Amino acid sequence: MTMKVEEKLTRNAIKNAKESHIRLDQTICRTCVERPCIRLCPGRLYSQSEETGEMVVEFAGCLECGTCKIVCVRKSVSWEYPEGGFGVQYRYG
Amino acid sequence: MADDKLDAVIVGGGLAGLAAAYCLGEAGRQVLLLERGDEPGSKNVTGGRIYLSPIRPLLPGFFDDAPFERHVVKEALTMVDGRNTTLLSHVQDRWRHPPYMSYTVLRARFDQWFSTRAMEKGAFIVPRRRVDDLLWEDGRVAGVHAGGEEIPAHMVLAADGALSFMAEKAHLRQPLVPSRHAVAVKEVYGLDPGAIEERFGLDPGEGAAHLFMGSVTKGRFGGGFLYTNKESLSLGLVLGMDDLMRGSEEFDVLKQGSEQFDVPSLMEDFESLPEIGRYIKGADLKEYSAHIITEAGAGGLSRLFTDGMLVAGDAAGFALNMGVTVRGMEFAVASGVIAARVIDEALTKNDFSAQFLSLYEKRLRESFVMKDMETFRHTAEVLANPRLFTVYPACISSLLEAVFTIGEDPRKGLYRSAMDATKKHVGVWNAFKDFLSLRKI
Repeated sequence: MTMKVEEKLTRNAIKNAKESHIRLDQTICRTCVERPCIRLCPGRLYSQSEETGEMVVEFAGCLECGTCKIVCVRKSVSWEYPEGGFGVQYRYG
Repeated sequence: MADDKLDAVIVGGGLAGLAAAYCLGEAGRQVLLLERGDEPGSKNVTGGRIYLSPIRPLLPGFFDDAPFERHVVKEALTMVDGRNTTLLSHVQDRWRHPPYMSYTVLRARFDQWFSTRAMEKGAFIVPRRRVDDLLWEDGRVAGVHAGGEEIPAHMVLAADGALSFMAEKAHLRQPLVPSRHAVAVKEVYGLDPGAIEERFGLDPGEGAAHLFMGSVTKGRFGGGFLYTNKESLSLGLVLGMDDLMRGSEEFDVLKQGSEQFDVPSLMEDFESLPEIGRYIKGADLKEYSAHIITEAGAGGLSRLFTDGMLVAGDAAGFALNMGVTVRGMEFAVASGVIAARVIDEALTKNDFSAQFLSLYEKRLRESFVMKDMETFRHTAEVLANPRLFTVYPACISSLLEAVFTIGEDPRKGLYRSAMDATKKHVGVWNAFKDFLSLRKI
Protein backbone atom coordinates (compact mmCIF):
# COMPACT_ATOMS: atom_id res chain seq x y z
CA MET A 1 0.00 0.00 0.00
CA THR A 2 2.36 2.63 -1.22
CA MET A 3 1.30 6.24 -1.06
CA LYS A 4 0.61 8.08 -4.31
CA VAL A 5 2.67 11.14 -5.13
CA GLU A 6 -0.37 13.42 -4.87
CA GLU A 7 -0.63 12.51 -1.18
CA LYS A 8 3.13 12.70 -0.64
CA LEU A 9 3.05 16.31 -1.80
CA THR A 10 0.55 17.18 0.93
CA ARG A 11 3.29 16.48 3.52
CA ASN A 12 5.38 19.40 2.28
CA ALA A 13 5.35 22.95 3.58
CA ILE A 14 4.57 25.17 0.60
CA LYS A 15 3.78 28.88 0.49
CA ASN A 16 2.21 29.50 -2.85
CA ALA A 17 2.63 32.68 -4.82
CA LYS A 18 -0.41 34.00 -6.70
CA GLU A 19 1.25 33.60 -10.05
CA SER A 20 2.89 30.54 -11.50
CA HIS A 21 6.69 30.54 -11.78
CA ILE A 22 6.38 28.07 -14.68
CA ARG A 23 5.12 29.16 -18.08
CA LEU A 24 4.49 26.92 -21.07
CA ASP A 25 4.46 27.88 -24.73
CA GLN A 26 1.46 25.93 -26.01
CA THR A 27 2.49 26.37 -29.66
CA ILE A 28 5.66 24.39 -28.85
CA CYS A 29 3.85 21.87 -26.59
CA ARG A 30 1.42 21.06 -29.44
CA THR A 31 4.31 19.96 -31.66
CA CYS A 32 5.92 17.82 -28.94
CA VAL A 33 5.29 14.09 -29.16
CA GLU A 34 7.57 12.75 -26.38
CA ARG A 35 6.36 15.06 -23.59
CA PRO A 36 9.13 14.04 -21.17
CA CYS A 37 7.77 16.54 -18.63
CA ILE A 38 4.82 14.23 -17.91
CA ARG A 39 6.98 11.23 -17.01
CA LEU A 40 9.97 12.96 -15.44
CA CYS A 41 8.39 15.55 -13.14
CA PRO A 42 8.88 13.98 -9.66
CA GLY A 43 5.67 15.67 -8.47
CA ARG A 44 3.66 14.42 -11.48
CA LEU A 45 2.49 17.99 -11.98
CA TYR A 46 2.34 17.98 -15.79
CA SER A 47 -0.65 16.63 -17.69
CA GLN A 48 -2.58 17.17 -20.87
CA SER A 49 -6.01 18.70 -20.42
CA GLU A 50 -8.73 16.39 -21.71
CA GLU A 51 -10.96 19.34 -22.58
CA THR A 52 -8.58 21.63 -24.42
CA GLY A 53 -5.73 19.26 -25.28
CA GLU A 54 -3.32 21.86 -23.86
CA MET A 55 -0.49 21.02 -21.48
CA VAL A 56 -1.19 22.01 -17.89
CA VAL A 57 1.23 22.33 -14.97
CA GLU A 58 0.10 22.46 -11.32
CA PHE A 59 2.75 24.89 -10.14
CA ALA A 60 1.39 24.84 -6.57
CA GLY A 61 3.02 21.48 -5.74
CA CYS A 62 6.34 22.29 -7.42
CA LEU A 63 9.41 20.85 -5.65
CA GLU A 64 11.64 23.37 -7.50
CA CYS A 65 13.94 20.60 -8.67
CA GLY A 66 14.47 21.98 -12.18
CA THR A 67 13.89 18.71 -14.02
CA CYS A 68 11.29 20.13 -16.45
CA LYS A 69 13.56 23.04 -17.33
CA ILE A 70 16.22 20.56 -18.46
CA VAL A 71 14.17 17.79 -20.07
CA CYS A 72 12.03 20.18 -22.12
CA VAL A 73 14.59 20.19 -24.92
CA ARG A 74 12.15 22.06 -27.21
CA LYS A 75 12.29 24.95 -24.72
CA SER A 76 8.60 25.39 -24.10
CA VAL A 77 9.10 25.55 -20.33
CA SER A 78 10.20 28.91 -18.97
CA TRP A 79 10.95 28.33 -15.37
CA GLU A 80 12.24 30.73 -12.77
CA TYR A 81 12.41 30.58 -9.02
CA PRO A 82 9.28 31.69 -7.19
CA GLU A 83 9.61 35.11 -5.61
CA GLY A 84 11.61 35.24 -2.36
CA GLY A 85 9.81 33.58 0.56
CA PHE A 86 7.40 31.64 -1.69
CA GLY A 87 7.28 28.08 -2.97
CA VAL A 88 8.33 24.90 -1.20
CA GLN A 89 10.07 25.36 2.17
CA TYR A 90 11.91 22.16 3.04
CA ARG A 91 11.86 21.41 6.77
CA TYR A 92 14.21 18.41 6.47
CA GLY A 93 15.96 18.65 3.08
CA MET B 1 35.50 53.41 -6.65
CA ALA B 2 32.38 54.48 -4.82
CA ASP B 3 32.34 53.82 -1.11
CA ASP B 4 28.69 52.75 -1.07
CA LYS B 5 29.70 49.36 -2.42
CA LEU B 6 29.58 46.28 -0.25
CA ASP B 7 32.74 44.21 -0.16
CA ALA B 8 30.89 41.12 -1.40
CA VAL B 9 27.40 39.87 -2.21
CA ILE B 10 26.79 36.12 -2.06
CA VAL B 11 23.87 34.64 -4.00
CA GLY B 12 22.43 31.60 -2.24
CA GLY B 13 22.44 30.20 1.29
CA GLY B 14 23.72 26.70 0.64
CA LEU B 15 27.00 25.27 1.87
CA ALA B 16 29.22 27.13 -0.61
CA GLY B 17 27.59 30.49 0.09
CA LEU B 18 27.47 29.99 3.86
CA ALA B 19 31.09 28.85 4.04
CA ALA B 20 32.14 31.93 2.07
CA ALA B 21 29.99 34.24 4.24
CA TYR B 22 31.52 32.73 7.39
CA CYS B 23 35.09 33.24 6.16
CA LEU B 24 34.53 36.75 4.82
CA GLY B 25 32.78 37.71 8.06
CA GLU B 26 35.72 36.36 10.00
CA ALA B 27 38.09 38.37 7.80
CA GLY B 28 36.16 41.50 8.81
CA ARG B 29 34.68 42.11 5.36
CA GLN B 30 31.27 43.64 4.77
CA VAL B 31 29.44 40.69 3.26
CA LEU B 32 25.77 40.20 2.41
CA LEU B 33 24.25 36.81 1.63
CA LEU B 34 20.85 36.72 -0.11
CA GLU B 35 18.71 33.59 0.22
CA ARG B 36 15.36 33.12 -1.55
CA GLY B 37 13.92 30.63 0.99
CA ASP B 38 12.45 31.35 4.42
CA GLU B 39 15.83 30.40 5.91
CA PRO B 40 19.14 29.19 4.52
CA GLY B 41 18.41 25.49 3.94
CA SER B 42 14.73 25.91 3.03
CA LYS B 43 15.43 25.21 -0.64
CA ASN B 44 18.26 22.75 -0.20
CA VAL B 45 18.15 19.00 -0.65
CA THR B 46 20.80 16.37 -0.08
CA GLY B 47 20.80 12.55 -0.13
CA GLY B 48 22.63 12.76 2.13
CA ARG B 49 25.84 12.26 3.79
CA ILE B 50 28.83 14.55 4.15
CA TYR B 51 32.47 13.42 4.30
CA LEU B 52 34.28 15.55 6.83
CA SER B 53 37.89 14.45 6.40
CA PRO B 54 38.58 16.64 3.34
CA ILE B 55 37.07 19.81 4.86
CA ARG B 56 38.09 19.63 8.53
CA PRO B 57 41.54 21.13 7.81
CA LEU B 58 39.91 24.11 6.02
CA LEU B 59 37.81 25.10 9.05
CA PRO B 60 39.61 23.61 12.09
CA GLY B 61 37.28 22.88 15.02
CA PHE B 62 34.32 24.40 13.21
CA PHE B 63 32.35 21.19 12.73
CA ASP B 64 32.82 19.94 16.31
CA ASP B 65 29.37 21.10 17.45
CA ALA B 66 27.58 20.87 14.10
CA PRO B 67 24.09 19.34 14.16
CA PHE B 68 24.88 16.25 12.10
CA GLU B 69 22.53 13.29 12.26
CA ARG B 70 24.59 10.08 12.73
CA HIS B 71 28.19 9.11 12.02
CA VAL B 72 28.27 6.33 9.44
CA VAL B 73 29.82 3.07 10.63
CA LYS B 74 28.06 0.67 8.27
CA GLU B 75 28.10 0.64 4.48
CA ALA B 76 25.69 -1.65 2.68
CA LEU B 77 25.01 -2.34 -0.98
CA THR B 78 22.04 -4.31 -2.20
CA MET B 79 21.94 -5.52 -5.78
CA VAL B 80 18.36 -5.94 -6.86
CA ASP B 81 17.23 -8.29 -9.61
CA GLY B 82 13.44 -8.11 -9.66
CA ARG B 83 12.41 -9.60 -6.32
CA ASN B 84 15.83 -11.28 -5.80
CA THR B 85 18.42 -9.38 -3.79
CA THR B 86 22.07 -9.68 -2.85
CA LEU B 87 23.28 -7.71 0.16
CA LEU B 88 26.87 -6.76 0.86
CA SER B 89 27.41 -5.12 4.23
CA HIS B 90 30.60 -3.75 5.73
CA VAL B 91 31.31 -2.40 9.20
CA GLN B 92 34.70 -0.80 9.69
CA ASP B 93 35.72 -0.57 13.34
CA ARG B 94 37.80 2.54 12.63
CA TRP B 95 34.63 4.42 11.61
CA ARG B 96 33.22 3.88 15.09
CA HIS B 97 35.84 6.14 16.66
CA PRO B 98 36.33 9.92 16.34
CA PRO B 99 37.23 11.80 14.30
CA TYR B 100 34.36 10.35 12.30
CA MET B 101 34.79 10.05 8.54
CA SER B 102 31.27 10.88 7.45
CA TYR B 103 27.89 11.84 8.81
CA THR B 104 24.33 11.69 7.59
CA VAL B 105 22.81 15.15 7.45
CA LEU B 106 19.51 16.97 6.91
CA ARG B 107 20.07 20.30 5.27
CA ALA B 108 17.31 22.43 6.77
CA ARG B 109 18.75 21.98 10.27
CA PHE B 110 22.42 21.98 9.23
CA ASP B 111 22.26 25.07 6.99
CA GLN B 112 20.39 27.09 9.63
CA TRP B 113 23.14 26.25 12.12
CA PHE B 114 25.80 27.21 9.57
CA SER B 115 23.98 30.47 8.91
CA THR B 116 23.92 31.33 12.64
CA ARG B 117 27.70 30.73 12.82
CA ALA B 118 28.24 33.02 9.82
CA MET B 119 26.12 35.78 11.36
CA GLU B 120 28.14 35.52 14.59
CA LYS B 121 31.20 36.34 12.47
CA GLY B 122 29.46 39.47 11.20
CA ALA B 123 28.01 38.32 7.88
CA PHE B 124 24.61 39.80 6.96
CA ILE B 125 22.22 37.04 5.94
CA VAL B 126 18.92 38.10 4.43
CA PRO B 127 16.32 35.39 3.71
CA ARG B 128 13.20 35.58 1.51
CA ARG B 129 15.13 37.63 -1.02
CA ARG B 130 15.50 36.30 -4.55
CA VAL B 131 18.31 37.69 -6.68
CA ASP B 132 16.82 38.55 -10.07
CA ASP B 133 19.81 39.64 -12.08
CA LEU B 134 23.42 40.74 -12.05
CA LEU B 135 24.33 44.39 -11.94
CA TRP B 136 26.88 45.32 -14.62
CA GLU B 137 29.27 48.28 -14.76
CA ASP B 138 31.67 48.85 -17.67
CA GLY B 139 31.27 45.26 -18.82
CA ARG B 140 32.08 43.74 -15.45
CA VAL B 141 29.86 42.32 -12.72
CA ALA B 142 29.33 44.99 -10.09
CA GLY B 143 26.59 43.68 -7.83
CA VAL B 144 23.07 42.26 -8.06
CA HIS B 145 19.43 43.22 -8.59
CA ALA B 146 17.16 41.80 -5.89
CA GLY B 147 13.54 42.63 -5.07
CA GLY B 148 13.59 45.80 -7.19
CA GLU B 149 16.76 47.10 -5.55
CA GLU B 150 20.25 47.51 -6.90
CA ILE B 151 22.91 46.18 -4.55
CA PRO B 152 26.38 47.29 -5.70
CA ALA B 153 29.34 45.22 -4.54
CA HIS B 154 33.01 44.86 -5.38
CA MET B 155 32.62 41.11 -5.70
CA VAL B 156 29.73 38.73 -6.40
CA LEU B 157 29.89 35.06 -5.48
CA ALA B 158 27.37 32.90 -7.37
CA ALA B 159 26.53 30.05 -4.99
CA ASP B 160 23.01 29.56 -6.29
CA GLY B 161 23.01 25.83 -6.83
CA ALA B 162 22.92 23.39 -9.71
CA LEU B 163 20.53 25.51 -11.77
CA SER B 164 22.68 28.64 -11.25
CA PHE B 165 20.85 31.44 -12.98
CA MET B 166 23.70 33.81 -12.07
CA ALA B 167 26.39 31.74 -13.79
CA GLU B 168 24.07 31.57 -16.81
CA LYS B 169 23.54 35.33 -16.87
CA ALA B 170 27.32 35.84 -16.74
CA HIS B 171 27.71 33.33 -19.62
CA LEU B 172 29.91 31.12 -17.46
CA ARG B 173 27.76 28.03 -17.20
CA GLN B 174 27.48 25.24 -19.74
CA PRO B 175 23.96 24.68 -21.09
CA LEU B 176 21.72 22.49 -18.92
CA VAL B 177 21.21 19.29 -20.92
CA PRO B 178 19.73 15.92 -19.92
CA SER B 179 22.93 13.99 -20.67
CA ARG B 180 24.77 15.88 -17.93
CA HIS B 181 22.14 15.64 -15.21
CA ALA B 182 20.29 13.28 -12.95
CA VAL B 183 17.13 13.84 -10.98
CA ALA B 184 17.08 12.79 -7.34
CA VAL B 185 13.86 12.08 -5.46
CA LYS B 186 13.88 11.74 -1.69
CA GLU B 187 11.49 10.93 1.13
CA VAL B 188 12.08 11.54 4.82
CA TYR B 189 10.35 9.10 7.18
CA GLY B 190 10.06 9.83 10.90
CA LEU B 191 11.09 6.85 13.02
CA ASP B 192 12.00 6.33 16.67
CA PRO B 193 15.81 6.21 17.24
CA GLY B 194 15.53 2.85 19.02
CA ALA B 195 13.69 1.34 16.05
CA ILE B 196 16.31 2.74 13.64
CA GLU B 197 19.15 1.19 15.64
CA GLU B 198 17.38 -2.15 15.93
CA ARG B 199 16.43 -2.38 12.24
CA PHE B 200 19.87 -1.42 10.95
CA GLY B 201 21.89 -3.21 13.64
CA LEU B 202 23.52 -0.09 15.08
CA ASP B 203 24.62 1.12 18.48
CA PRO B 204 23.06 4.37 19.77
CA GLY B 205 24.15 7.35 17.66
CA GLU B 206 25.64 5.21 14.92
CA GLY B 207 24.45 5.42 11.33
CA ALA B 208 24.24 3.34 8.18
CA ALA B 209 24.46 4.19 4.49
CA HIS B 210 22.65 1.67 2.33
CA LEU B 211 22.76 1.84 -1.47
CA PHE B 212 20.69 -0.11 -4.01
CA MET B 213 21.61 -0.98 -7.59
CA GLY B 214 19.99 -2.93 -10.38
CA SER B 215 16.34 -3.19 -11.28
CA VAL B 216 15.34 -0.43 -8.83
CA THR B 217 16.01 1.86 -11.79
CA LYS B 218 14.50 -0.58 -14.32
CA GLY B 219 17.90 -0.86 -15.96
CA ARG B 220 18.47 2.85 -16.20
CA PHE B 221 21.50 4.77 -14.96
CA GLY B 222 21.24 5.41 -11.24
CA GLY B 223 20.33 3.72 -8.00
CA GLY B 224 18.66 4.00 -4.64
CA PHE B 225 19.82 5.17 -1.22
CA LEU B 226 18.69 4.77 2.36
CA TYR B 227 20.39 6.75 5.12
CA THR B 228 19.72 6.74 8.85
CA ASN B 229 19.22 10.12 10.51
CA LYS B 230 18.76 10.70 14.28
CA GLU B 231 14.99 10.29 14.22
CA SER B 232 14.27 9.69 10.57
CA LEU B 233 15.29 7.82 7.45
CA SER B 234 16.18 9.38 4.09
CA LEU B 235 15.06 7.16 1.22
CA GLY B 236 15.48 8.02 -2.43
CA LEU B 237 16.46 7.40 -6.01
CA VAL B 238 19.00 9.06 -8.28
CA LEU B 239 18.08 8.67 -11.96
CA GLY B 240 20.10 9.70 -15.00
CA MET B 241 17.91 12.00 -17.12
CA ASP B 242 19.13 10.83 -20.50
CA ASP B 243 18.10 7.23 -19.84
CA LEU B 244 14.76 8.32 -18.41
CA MET B 245 13.96 10.22 -21.59
CA ARG B 246 14.44 7.18 -23.81
CA GLY B 247 11.65 4.72 -24.55
CA SER B 248 11.03 1.61 -22.48
CA GLU B 249 11.95 -0.79 -25.30
CA GLU B 250 15.66 -0.02 -25.13
CA PHE B 251 15.77 -1.08 -21.50
CA ASP B 252 13.86 -4.30 -21.90
CA VAL B 253 17.01 -6.43 -21.57
CA LEU B 254 15.62 -7.70 -18.28
CA LYS B 255 12.63 -9.03 -20.23
CA GLN B 256 10.28 -7.60 -17.68
CA GLY B 257 8.02 -6.22 -20.39
CA SER B 258 7.76 -2.59 -21.49
CA GLU B 259 6.14 -1.46 -18.32
CA GLN B 260 4.92 2.01 -17.56
CA PHE B 261 7.69 4.06 -16.05
CA ASP B 262 7.73 7.57 -14.72
CA VAL B 263 9.68 9.06 -11.86
CA PRO B 264 6.92 8.92 -9.21
CA SER B 265 6.14 5.29 -10.18
CA LEU B 266 9.80 4.26 -9.97
CA MET B 267 9.83 5.68 -6.44
CA GLU B 268 6.60 3.86 -5.54
CA ASP B 269 8.04 0.57 -6.86
CA PHE B 270 11.24 1.15 -4.88
CA GLU B 271 9.30 1.71 -1.65
CA SER B 272 7.29 -1.45 -2.20
CA LEU B 273 10.38 -3.70 -2.26
CA PRO B 274 10.32 -5.99 0.80
CA GLU B 275 13.94 -4.92 1.50
CA ILE B 276 12.75 -1.33 1.91
CA GLY B 277 9.45 -2.17 3.57
CA ARG B 278 11.15 -3.75 6.55
CA TYR B 279 13.03 -0.53 7.28
CA ILE B 280 10.21 1.98 6.78
CA LYS B 281 7.41 -0.12 8.30
CA GLY B 282 5.26 2.04 10.57
CA ALA B 283 7.34 5.13 9.77
CA ASP B 284 5.58 8.36 8.95
CA LEU B 285 6.33 10.24 5.71
CA LYS B 286 7.40 13.74 6.70
CA GLU B 287 8.57 15.23 3.42
CA TYR B 288 8.87 14.54 -0.30
CA SER B 289 11.62 16.41 -2.10
CA ALA B 290 13.48 16.38 -5.40
CA HIS B 291 16.36 18.11 -7.11
CA ILE B 292 18.52 17.91 -10.18
CA ILE B 293 22.16 16.90 -9.81
CA THR B 294 25.04 17.76 -12.11
CA GLU B 295 26.73 14.55 -13.19
CA ALA B 296 29.12 15.71 -15.87
CA GLY B 297 32.19 15.73 -13.65
CA ALA B 298 35.37 17.56 -14.66
CA GLY B 299 34.09 17.93 -18.24
CA GLY B 300 30.96 19.78 -17.14
CA LEU B 301 32.38 22.57 -15.01
CA SER B 302 31.38 26.16 -15.60
CA ARG B 303 34.00 28.83 -16.09
CA LEU B 304 34.85 29.67 -12.51
CA PHE B 305 35.46 33.42 -12.67
CA THR B 306 34.91 36.59 -14.62
CA ASP B 307 35.54 40.26 -13.84
CA GLY B 308 33.96 40.90 -10.43
CA MET B 309 32.50 37.43 -9.92
CA LEU B 310 33.32 33.85 -8.83
CA VAL B 311 31.20 30.71 -8.99
CA ALA B 312 31.22 28.05 -6.22
CA GLY B 313 29.61 24.76 -5.22
CA ASP B 314 26.95 23.10 -7.39
CA ALA B 315 26.63 26.32 -9.38
CA ALA B 316 30.14 25.67 -10.71
CA GLY B 317 29.39 21.99 -11.34
CA PHE B 318 31.44 20.68 -8.40
CA ALA B 319 29.74 17.31 -8.03
CA LEU B 320 31.32 13.93 -8.37
CA ASN B 321 29.35 11.01 -9.68
CA MET B 322 30.02 7.91 -7.61
CA GLY B 323 27.47 5.84 -9.52
CA VAL B 324 24.68 5.43 -7.04
CA THR B 325 25.48 8.58 -5.09
CA VAL B 326 26.93 11.96 -5.94
CA ARG B 327 29.45 13.79 -3.73
CA GLY B 328 28.91 17.51 -3.63
CA MET B 329 28.75 18.99 -0.14
CA GLU B 330 32.49 18.76 0.63
CA PHE B 331 33.24 20.48 -2.68
CA ALA B 332 30.70 23.18 -1.87
CA VAL B 333 32.25 23.96 1.53
CA ALA B 334 35.81 23.86 0.16
CA SER B 335 35.09 25.99 -2.91
CA GLY B 336 33.22 28.50 -0.70
CA VAL B 337 36.19 28.79 1.68
CA ILE B 338 38.68 29.11 -1.19
CA ALA B 339 36.49 31.69 -2.95
CA ALA B 340 36.29 33.74 0.25
CA ARG B 341 40.08 33.77 0.63
CA VAL B 342 40.55 34.92 -2.95
CA ILE B 343 37.86 37.60 -2.55
CA ASP B 344 39.60 38.76 0.64
CA GLU B 345 42.91 39.09 -1.25
CA ALA B 346 41.19 40.85 -4.16
CA LEU B 347 39.72 43.38 -1.72
CA THR B 348 43.15 43.97 -0.16
CA LYS B 349 44.72 44.52 -3.59
CA ASN B 350 41.62 46.35 -4.87
CA ASP B 351 41.88 44.23 -7.99
CA PHE B 352 38.70 42.49 -9.17
CA SER B 353 39.85 41.67 -12.67
CA ALA B 354 39.41 38.21 -14.17
CA GLN B 355 43.18 38.08 -14.42
CA PHE B 356 43.61 38.40 -10.67
CA LEU B 357 40.61 36.19 -9.92
CA SER B 358 42.12 33.35 -11.95
CA LEU B 359 43.91 32.73 -8.65
CA TYR B 360 40.65 31.03 -7.56
CA GLU B 361 40.94 28.36 -10.23
CA LYS B 362 44.63 27.89 -9.44
CA ARG B 363 43.86 27.36 -5.73
CA LEU B 364 41.05 24.94 -6.56
CA ARG B 365 43.43 22.95 -8.75
CA GLU B 366 45.82 22.66 -5.81
CA SER B 367 42.99 21.47 -3.53
CA PHE B 368 41.13 18.16 -3.30
CA VAL B 369 38.21 19.75 -5.18
CA MET B 370 39.79 19.76 -8.64
CA LYS B 371 42.15 16.90 -7.88
CA ASP B 372 39.24 14.56 -7.07
CA MET B 373 37.25 15.85 -10.06
CA GLU B 374 40.22 15.06 -12.34
CA THR B 375 40.99 11.68 -10.76
CA PHE B 376 37.42 10.57 -11.41
CA ARG B 377 37.13 12.26 -14.82
CA HIS B 378 36.30 8.98 -16.55
CA THR B 379 34.18 7.42 -13.81
CA ALA B 380 30.95 8.64 -15.38
CA GLU B 381 31.76 6.93 -18.71
CA VAL B 382 32.54 3.65 -16.98
CA LEU B 383 29.44 3.88 -14.82
CA ALA B 384 27.29 4.76 -17.82
CA ASN B 385 27.71 1.13 -18.94
CA PRO B 386 24.09 -0.09 -18.91
CA ARG B 387 25.21 -3.64 -18.01
CA LEU B 388 26.01 -2.40 -14.50
CA PHE B 389 22.34 -1.67 -13.92
CA THR B 390 20.86 -4.63 -15.74
CA VAL B 391 22.70 -7.86 -16.37
CA TYR B 392 25.33 -7.77 -13.62
CA PRO B 393 22.83 -7.74 -10.73
CA ALA B 394 20.96 -10.55 -12.55
CA CYS B 395 24.23 -12.43 -13.07
CA ILE B 396 25.17 -12.23 -9.38
CA SER B 397 21.68 -13.31 -8.43
CA SER B 398 21.89 -16.39 -10.73
CA LEU B 399 25.34 -17.27 -9.47
CA LEU B 400 24.33 -17.16 -5.82
CA GLU B 401 21.19 -19.09 -6.61
CA ALA B 402 23.40 -21.79 -8.19
CA VAL B 403 25.78 -21.76 -5.22
CA PHE B 404 23.14 -22.00 -2.51
CA THR B 405 20.49 -24.15 -4.14
CA ILE B 406 20.45 -27.88 -3.51
CA GLY B 407 18.00 -29.47 -5.92
CA GLU B 408 17.37 -32.90 -7.37
CA ASP B 409 20.21 -32.80 -9.91
CA PRO B 410 23.88 -33.21 -9.04
CA ARG B 411 25.57 -29.86 -8.25
CA LYS B 412 27.89 -28.15 -10.73
CA GLY B 413 31.28 -26.96 -9.49
CA LEU B 414 31.65 -23.32 -8.41
CA TYR B 415 33.80 -22.29 -11.39
CA ARG B 416 31.35 -23.86 -13.81
CA SER B 417 28.42 -22.07 -12.12
CA ALA B 418 30.23 -18.72 -12.35
CA MET B 419 31.06 -19.22 -16.03
CA ASP B 420 27.50 -20.27 -16.81
CA ALA B 421 26.05 -17.21 -15.08
CA THR B 422 28.52 -14.89 -16.83
CA LYS B 423 27.90 -16.41 -20.26
CA LYS B 424 24.16 -16.34 -19.85
CA HIS B 425 23.84 -12.76 -18.62
CA VAL B 426 26.86 -10.75 -19.67
CA GLY B 427 28.84 -12.64 -22.30
CA VAL B 428 32.48 -13.43 -21.56
CA TRP B 429 33.85 -10.81 -23.98
CA ASN B 430 31.70 -8.04 -22.49
CA ALA B 431 32.70 -9.11 -18.99
CA PHE B 432 36.36 -8.92 -19.99
CA LYS B 433 35.92 -5.44 -21.52
CA ASP B 434 34.06 -4.23 -18.44
CA PHE B 435 36.82 -5.59 -16.22
CA LEU B 436 39.40 -3.63 -18.23
CA SER B 437 37.30 -0.45 -18.04
CA LEU B 438 37.62 -0.55 -14.25
CA ARG B 439 41.19 0.65 -14.63
CA LYS B 440 39.81 4.10 -15.47
CA ILE B 441 38.02 4.46 -12.15
